[in-house]
Amino acid sequence: MQASRAHNRWFILVTLIIGLTLSVMPVPDKISWLRPQFVVLIFIYWSLALPQTIGILSAWFAGICLDVVSYAIIGQHALAMVVVAYICLLSYQRIRTYMYWQQSVWVFVMVGIHQLFVNWVHSLTGHSAHPSQFLLPAFASALLWPLVHTVLERFRIRYRVA
Amino acid sequence: MLLTVVIVLLDVFTPYLKPVKSQLSTISVPFYWVTNIPSRISEWGQDNLVTREQLLDENRALKEQLLIHQRRLQGMAAVVTENVRLRELMNSAEMVAEQVLVAEMIGVSSDPLVHKVVINKGSRDNVYIGQPLLDAQGLMGQVVEVGPFSSQVLLITDSTHALPVEVNRNGVRAIVEGIGDLYRMELRHVSNTVDIEVGDLLVSSGLGQKFPRGYPVGTVTEIIHDPGRPFAGVHVEPMAQLNRSRHVLLVFRDSSTAPEDVLTESDLSEVR
Repeated sequence: MQASRAHNRWFILVTLIIGLTLSVMPVPDKISWLRPQFVVLIFIYWSLALPQTIGILSAWFAGICLDVVSYAIIGQHALAMVVVAYICLLSYQRIRTYMYWQQSVWVFVMVGIHQLFVNWVHSLTGHSAHPSQFLLPAFASALLWPLVHTVLERFRIRYRVA
Repeated sequence: MLLTVVIVLLDVFTPYLKPVKSQLSTISVPFYWVTNIPSRISEWGQDNLVTREQLLDENRALKEQLLIHQRRLQGMAAVVTENVRLRELMNSAEMVAEQVLVAEMIGVSSDPLVHKVVINKGSRDNVYIGQPLLDAQGLMGQVVEVGPFSSQVLLITDSTHALPVEVNRNGVRAIVEGIGDLYRMELRHVSNTVDIEVGDLLVSSGLGQKFPRGYPVGTVTEIIHDPGRPFAGVHVEPMAQLNRSRHVLLVFRDSSTAPEDVLTESDLSEVR
């Protein structure tokens, strides 16, 4: 049992790599604010589905990966991911019972918090955006949440990730 | 969490994490390689999925262009020698022959707030921090971080970037600042009485010691004289195609640091 469990956790890493790739995919300048935060979405899903496996440390690791890959300030996304993961782990029991649209609203708040922290670190280096701008990714993420949830749920069951 | 805050502060305010970051950037290169596949496929398609007629047409057009440029160059040779002679007369420093290295853009910063691009040359090719980057139209930016195989370039439109320029027409000096918009920059502290007009070409003045002198930076598109404000608002459109150029040029100021395979001006003249 132990062996098969360890065997299937690679899938989380695969989703992380896919998420990282999607988040550095070049997009036209006009819609660059509408790029969902894929890595955050994926880790919200995993911390809801496997709260005993995915904790604050793995969220921190994912955030560091995102920082390295997107050439951001080291720790920028890690900080935001840690906060989001902490809130997810506190409330996963309640969120799991929600309907999709309710979860979407909640995801909007989570990614919004993420964006808030990212923007806070950005403002240290002189880049800062208006809230109406930096909340757009949160909006896009909320819209994408049902799709992400469905796809990941299906793969999680297929590969018996635990 | 506290640890992360410490890391963030370390990275923002101290240079201690620089070497770690430049090593870590090796990890991120494969991701950019993957996301670059679609554009490489389309480029391959443009190269291979064309008819013979199209190729012939393109060939003819390129030959005509070459002729035009060669005619211009003939005129240039005389101008250059005249320039050198005049400079000798004036006892001023001689022009340094700059070397360039052709690089390819492999990624764009995923954060819309940060105008950075990733190029496929790094410390293996002697790229150094502060090195200017050009495209065929004008100045693009400067290298801010160097990894072994790739480096990051801060574009001139980033809101943390500013560079000294002068108006090509009359030599008025100014500082052009990025405002976080790819198509617009602003001139800083230009008083209302300065002789500057819409359509003026701004070239780098070389005063900041970072950028070489005389490369086009942008054209003035709009001037706002608002009596309520102490300075005139001057909007500048960058010359370089900041979101379209794929092939870019790195300029080496000191020829001794340049790698072997860079093009020098004498090479170019041999090609000619």
